[in-house]
Amino acid sequence: MTTVVEATAKATVSALSVENVSHAYGARIALDEVSFDVAPSSFTVLLGLNGAGKSTLFSVITHLYVSRSGVVRIFGHDVARESGAALAALGVVFQQRTLDPDLSVAQNLAYHGALHGLGRRETRARGAIQLTRVGLADRTKDKVRFLSGGQMRRVEIARALLHRPRMLLLDEPTAGLDIKARAGILEVVRGLVADEGIGVLWATHLVDEIRDEDHVVVLHKSRVLADGPSRSIISAAGARSIGEAFTSLTGGGEGGEG
Amino acid sequence: MSQAVLANERPFGWTQRLICLYGIVWREGLRFLHQRERFISALVRPMVWLFIFAAGFRQTLGVSIMPPYDTYVLYEVYITPGLIAMIQLFNGMQSSLSMVYDREVGSMRMLLVSPAPRWFLLTSKLIAGVAVSILQVYAFLVVAYFWEIEPPTWWGYLTILPALALSGLMLGALGMLLSSVIKQLENFAGVMNFVIFPMFFASSALYPLWRVQQGSPWLATVCRLNPFTYSVELIRFAFYQQVDWLSLAVVLGCTVAFLGGAIIAYDPARGMLMRRGG
Repeated sequence: MTTVVEATAKATVSALSVENVSHAYGARIALDEVSFDVAPSSFTVLLGLNGAGKSTLFSVITHLYVSRSGVVRIFGHDVARESGAALAALGVVFQQRTLDPDLSVAQNLAYHGALHGLGRRETRARGAIQLTRVGLADRTKDKVRFLSGGQMRRVEIARALLHRPRMLLLDEPTAGLDIKARAGILEVVRGLVADEGIGVLWATHLVDEIRDEDHVVVLHKSRVLADGPSRSIISAAGARSIGEAFTSLTGGGEGGEG
Repeated sequence: MSQAVLANERPFGWTQRLICLYGIVWREGLRFLHQRERFISALVRPMVWLFIFAAGFRQTLGVSIMPPYDTYVLYEVYITPGLIAMIQLFNGMQSSLSMVYDREVGSMRMLLVSPAPRWFLLTSKLIAGVAVSILQVYAFLVVAYFWEIEPPTWWGYLTILPALALSGLMLGALGMLLSSVIKQLENFAGVMNFVIFPMFFASSALYPLWRVQQGSPWLATVCRLNPFTYSVELIRFAFYQQVDWLSLAVVLGCTVAFLGGAIIAYDPARGMLMRRGG
């Protein structure tokens, strides 16, 4: 196990901290002593193939269920014990589409605002700001059904930001999108990190979404194989790119498909 | 919930919860308005029973005087409460299936990342489904009125309301409990065959229990153990401005049991979800 520890990020409270999280479905182990941190104002990539344990990890972080052991904290709030406070600080974009296609963009945002206890007027005002940020201010009244895949994703990002979370979780947000839409989504989310100081955990299996300065956590077969700045992982593995490093860490030529 | 909330976080108090409940009911209502097929089929299904089945059996099945009826009633009149309960049964099962489906497509997960407590979210979702089922029932009652099925006085339309709310809660909670157990959404047929049909047919919806008793004592026993029977009877008596206390007690008890079971099943630390990774 090659662990690259970044010592500097430990000074402040982490946006997200995953400590020794293990989970199993019956005899099948899904997460094995997984630990890593996401610092505020950082873009952290959770890199792993399908079946690496990302879905289970996201279920545990979003409190769908509690892991068999270990602790997940969002800005210091234990997700299992203080789930209200933890979830209030967390924005989530799920891999599946979670917008109501028959409702308008504004109605979808209103529903989410209500789930977070925001009044109508406040939701509308915040929604307008977030939709402008993602470049969809003119589509407020349109039915979601008539948006493109990339636009839906951007609405989901705007929605996830409505309750002003300081930690944003995105599960394969670019899955099924074309190159241009992918770049657009990445730009929006990287902007959030730079401008708003939001901590981002971006789960993907696509190595070309990673920049050298990003923090990378490699999850493979339920375990964390590497955790650190992308360039450190590359040099530690003696590779030329993060894709090569991933392949050599996971010991196979199966990396970065799709 | 932690008291140590940070400056820009507001604690999730009862005002926030009310907003949350309102939002969930509002969304369910909007979805209902957008799904016309669902509304139409919810209305057509009992109408088929009323106009065809009941009309056909009118001569075969006479119903003698029995509470709450103080005269002989037509068969159509007898089965109307059963059809009302059937609307709620279908609605409860459909929303439970939509929860299974929602869980797969993710909008259930969207709901569950709300900072509101899990039991509160599930109860709100249940109330939203009940509200929709009550709309469907009143639409059916309008149709029934033109078929000359009406309560003894107009008050019946008001006194049926609490019975509908309670019976809707029980059937919705049952559906929610099933939704946590059903692993995958295969199709509606399984639920039809194994839940809706047995519950509907082995109840007092289509025939009075004393007549079932004459024909088949064991079936009468099954009917008496079926909570759906008590939904039907609660609605039947409420439509005639009466309370059937046994039915009220059974429906209340089952609602508490089913909802409690569903909340445990959806509990993050104990539930079925964690065991299979739903």
